[in-house]
Amino acid sequence: MAEIQIKNVAKSFGAYQALHDINLTIADQEFMVLLGASGCGKSTLLRIIAGLETATAGEVWIGGRRIDHLSPKDRGIAMVFQNYAVFPHLTVFENIGFGLRMQKLPNDEVTRRVERVATLMHIEQLLKRYSGELSGGQRQRVAVARALAMEPDVILMDEPLSNLDALLRMEMRAELKGVLAESKTTAIYVTHDQVEAMSMADRISVMHQGRIVQAASPIEVYRNPSAEFVASFIGNPPMNFLKATPAGDGKWSVAGQVMDGPRADRPHLQFAIRPEDIQPAEQGLTATAKVVEPLGAHLLVTCEVDGSLFRAVLDSDMVVRPGETLTLAPQADRVRWFDPETTKAVA
Amino acid sequence: MNAGILPYVLILPVTLFLCVFFLYPFVLVAQQAFSDGSNFTLENFREITSHWKFPISLKNTLLLAAAVVPVQLALALLMATMVTRMQKGRDIVLYIWTIPLGISDLAAGIIWLAIFDQSGFLNSMMSGMGLIDKPLNLLSYQNPGIVFLAIALAEIWRATAIMLVILVAGIGLIPKEYYEAAEVFGASPWKRFLRITLPLLRPSLQTALVLRVILAFEIFAVVAALGGTLFPVLMGETYSYQFDLLNNRAAAAMALIILAISIGFTLIILRVLRVPKGASI
Ligand SMILES: Nc1ncnc2c1ncn2[C@@H]1O[C@H](COP(=O)(O)OP(=O)(O)O)[C@@H](O)[C@H]1O
Ligand SMILES: [Mg+2]
Repeated sequence: MAEIQIKNVAKSFGAYQALHDINLTIADQEFMVLLGASGCGKSTLLRIIAGLETATAGEVWIGGRRIDHLSPKDRGIAMVFQNYAVFPHLTVFENIGFGLRMQKLPNDEVTRRVERVATLMHIEQLLKRYSGELSGGQRQRVAVARALAMEPDVILMDEPLSNLDALLRMEMRAELKGVLAESKTTAIYVTHDQVEAMSMADRISVMHQGRIVQAASPIEVYRNPSAEFVASFIGNPPMNFLKATPAGDGKWSVAGQVMDGPRADRPHLQFAIRPEDIQPAEQGLTATAKVVEPLGAHLLVTCEVDGSLFRAVLDSDMVVRPGETLTLAPQADRVRWFDPETTKAVA
Repeated sequence: MNAGILPYVLILPVTLFLCVFFLYPFVLVAQQAFSDGSNFTLENFREITSHWKFPISLKNTLLLAAAVVPVQLALALLMATMVTRMQKGRDIVLYIWTIPLGISDLAAGIIWLAIFDQSGFLNSMMSGMGLIDKPLNLLSYQNPGIVFLAIALAEIWRATAIMLVILVAGIGLIPKEYYEAAEVFGASPWKRFLRITLPLLRPSLQTALVLRVILAFEIFAVVAALGGTLFPVLMGETYSYQFDLLNNRAAAAMALIILAISIGFTLIILRVLRVPKGASI
């Protein structure tokens, strides 16, 4: 059992506070992705769990044991680094076996484990090479194999695929997910790439400016963002926002259209809808098409509604010309509302 | 102009300079060493190697190098590691530690002579503390061990910094991520030094050692200041063949022997510390 509990963790670098009161529980064998823009504190949180950085406040528990005062090697973790950190002066074999050698395991045990994970990662034919003789993708595999060889309770990965080209990244994404599920380890995976997060995660923690804004399953984060930041960060093209003014009794006026909304006593709300949840209709928002981009599977139309930018993903059979006026209806059950003051979702 | 030729054209002046002022004199020296004035001969080498002082000066030179260079290497590694870990004041410490580099070897010898001399600093300190009643002549033929020690100390004091500077630069080139990976995978600070720093520092260690070993075989002024004729070394013998005995053929032969030893050790160092193909940072 390797449940991870992060309790009230904060971190300051001098006067700069990189993490604010982080609370997060990651279940045994869960694949948790920390997702956020560059500089939001993902690596710092991961490094605190690894023991490469010391938290200013708070506790970290793994498998019911408090570990934040232990040295990295006693935490039952292994890590995959962004730039791989495959030791250049050691062969692939010795790289994968590095941690096992440090544990002074007998030679035949080291060989057995190295060969097993090398086969798993399809690098068994590279064992005698040095890292200078490997491609980026192969180095990546060595870094993962080195972590798996430790048979850790928890595996930590800091943007492990960000240095690979797009095609390789897609391939490794699926493979990594499979290998980790097989190994039954708890995984924390840091990325700024939302596609990676959506496709790999059991749960995503969306981070923003040193805080966890929402921690939920990918589909939940996508469908029911808890805050405006999450709504705008996740999804490509991003969610549309329009200003809504009260029209009495749970009704809100959006770009001249009156819609059902939450019964909230606010001077304004933000109306939000995803581009793919919009259909052309008899009745709806009046939009002026600005840019039309045929993307093969869909037609992406960037319009203007009530003076704001508004994107719609339409059927690719539709013919729309720039300058044309469209009437677009949002799918009622997909509409979300946010309070502009707190930026939180309003039900 | 053809881009393939341009680099060679650009290094031509330097190459010519080296040929005229380095290669040509070297050929002249070699000619002298292997001739009796008109014919090819090995007589000069036979003459110097059969002299009773030759084995002593060879032994002294090698012994001194063997005592000094490892100590300097260990010290330089320790100092470089310490400097690298400093957050603040790193540059100032580095400047202070490299001050001896700016002092000529003869001046360094004289500074240490002022310490070990009969009327020197060490004697006044010991008599001041009441350890001795009258000043001792430490650097005499009766105390060969102290003479050796004084020379070794002066050399260590004077020439460790050159290794330090090279090693500090080399350590700076090792990415921090390797240390973090080693730490996560269970390497203690000492293991990280042995398994990460040392192997990744091989190119810098090569440079530092080659430079230091060559300079160690050329030791002269420090020995002249502290040991005089009590402690003959190869370079001192070369000097006396040339300027006391006015035998420039023997001096040329000595110079070639020193060169051969230097080349030999350089090759050994390059071989032992070589980095396999594909294994560099
Ligand atoms: N060692 C450090 N010293 C000072 N500031 C740091 C240090 N490490 C990270 N930071 C700062 O903390 C913030 C979060 O960094 P990081 O966790 O690396 O972000 P991310 O991995 O999400 O891109 C950044 O603003 C970064 O500049
Ligand atoms: Mg990062």
